[in-house]
Amino acid sequence: MMNLIQSITSKVPSLPLFATSESRQASGAAEAGTSTGISGTSGTPGKEKAGKQLRMETRDLTVRYGSTVGVKNVSLPIYDNQVLALIGPSGCGKTTYLRALNRMHDLTRGASVTGSVLLDGKNIYDSEVNPVIIRRRIGMVFQKPTPFPTMSIYDNVVAGLKLVGIRKRSVLDVVCERALKQAALFDEVKDRLKSPGSSLSGGQQQRLSIARALAVGPEVLLMDEPTSSLDPQSTSRIEDLIHELKNQVTIVIVTHNMQQAARVSDNTAFFYVGDLIEYGPTSTLFTKPKETRTEEYITGRFG
Amino acid sequence: MTSDSDTSNNGNKEARELLRRPPSAIYRWLGDRIFAVVVVVLGMSIIALAAAMAYVLYDEGSLSLWQFGFWDFIRGTTWDPAVQLVFGALPFLFGTVVTSVAALLISFFPAIAVAIFTAEYAPRWLASIIDNLIQLIAAVPSVVIGIWGIFVLAPWMRDHVYMPIFTWAETSYPALLPILGNPMGYGMATATIVLSLMIVPYTTALTKDAIKSVPVEQREASRALGATKWEVIRMAVLPYARGGILAGAILSLGRAIGETMAVAMLIGNKNTLPFSIFGAGATMPSVIVNEFREAVESLHLSSLMAIGFTLFIIALVVNLAAAYMTRKFSIKGGQVV
Repeated sequence: MMNLIQSITSKVPSLPLFATSESRQASGAAEAGTSTGISGTSGTPGKEKAGKQLRMETRDLTVRYGSTVGVKNVSLPIYDNQVLALIGPSGCGKTTYLRALNRMHDLTRGASVTGSVLLDGKNIYDSEVNPVIIRRRIGMVFQKPTPFPTMSIYDNVVAGLKLVGIRKRSVLDVVCERALKQAALFDEVKDRLKSPGSSLSGGQQQRLSIARALAVGPEVLLMDEPTSSLDPQSTSRIEDLIHELKNQVTIVIVTHNMQQAARVSDNTAFFYVGDLIEYGPTSTLFTKPKETRTEEYITGRFG
Repeated sequence: MTSDSDTSNNGNKEARELLRRPPSAIYRWLGDRIFAVVVVVLGMSIIALAAAMAYVLYDEGSLSLWQFGFWDFIRGTTWDPAVQLVFGALPFLFGTVVTSVAALLISFFPAIAVAIFTAEYAPRWLASIIDNLIQLIAAVPSVVIGIWGIFVLAPWMRDHVYMPIFTWAETSYPALLPILGNPMGYGMATATIVLSLMIVPYTTALTKDAIKSVPVEQREASRALGATKWEVIRMAVLPYARGGILAGAILSLGRAIGETMAVAMLIGNKNTLPFSIFGAGATMPSVIVNEFREAVESLHLSSLMAIGFTLFIIALVVNLAAAYMTRKFSIKGGQVV
């Protein structure tokens, strides 16, 4: 069965994501973690430093909306199986930057992107690159949970697979279960996969959105303030989930919440009015920021 | 500097005093009451108006409705105001239902396509041109469309569509001839085509509103899964907009049912069943507009009023159905309600 799935998803040159016993255990651990109320365990910045590999990279990335510049000349490395947090005050360009990473700006009228975004060394803005494939390799989770309201939980999860024409029930079943387990949602919904996705609570809907993004086997997961519309408990579940997921997928997360950035990320980038001000390991950036503006922001003096 | 701060202190003080002063009795009590009374009276008058219209139509039509009975009146196939003075509305009911439903079927998918094109595909300048043209079609008086139908569309359809089909059927399938009917150009088919043109603006406008109201998050969510433009529309936009689209279709059906002038000018006006595809027919509004001036017999006039009453009921049902559909299939705040 696993081979079958791998052969399907190998259309999308892909990898470790596809669940193996390891990740099953991992998600089991996540459930155990939340059920005992452990949450917001601190990140382990720098732990994987020895083996860290570049997964994505932006070089002089500039995004313009018409004549307004959203972000300018941002060069950042994004390491494999690590979490990169983007922080900064509202309007600083962190979401704009995030959306450039999977070509979501293609859809915005008047938006233009210059510079390059490399995924495994290849510029995703090259003319021969198909943005549809890119978005399957680089998934995205949004600020508000976005289940498709007319679809069941099951259909929501497998929506991305159906898009590529996978209709085989046995395959969809396996992927659905794997993705829901990865998103730590399976146990809560396994008995009602046919009920509408919109019948879930806000936090569950957001995990459903994560499961849907994971179902297509992305290598990188972009999260745009994924907990800003959730209550504290749902937020901590999602944060736990991020910890588990980074073993399987590279994560870039935009957050307004500096404690969250400190908890979940390995590296942090601080944006201010379209500029990348400072980037570094989360532990360093939050304890010994080099830039005064970074310090002022993280100590709450502005923003 | 000192004088500046003095002025602003005085201003603040004055404002504070005014803000703390209790409002005058007239303002507080009378003004509120007057406004409430005006709003309630105007609001309720709409209900009164609708009820009064229904009552007048029923009252004027009651002579006929009592004589024939409501069910026999709408089931009766004979409409003879000259000799027997027997009135049955079935031919007009049939003509109305067939032309309206057919017009909706013809126009529904093109109208949705236009809405999708202007909302999702067309550049803004082109979309605004198309929108304005569509509004223009809706604004053209129906009698003008009727004139165009009489002098342009009907002869053209007769020469280029009806006649070729008719002659082909004559030689190949003579059995079809009674169904096709006399291809003179003025009849059910032409009326249906004109009706479908006339309701396109309504379906399009309402569909476009529904499409535009789909949250951008829904589109982006499907984009982020690797959906192409068409897949986004299929996966996120149309399911989300389905309530509005259905309501638009039903309200367009209501327009088609009530459309009078253009249909009366083009349908050929024949008061007896059976109707045929190309041949003449009649609808409920068309018979009213054609006969009310000659309705000297009180039973005849009363029968026309009874048709009006039936139309009123149908319009009511159609509107209720539209409201029900919108509620049943709409999605509010991400919830299927």
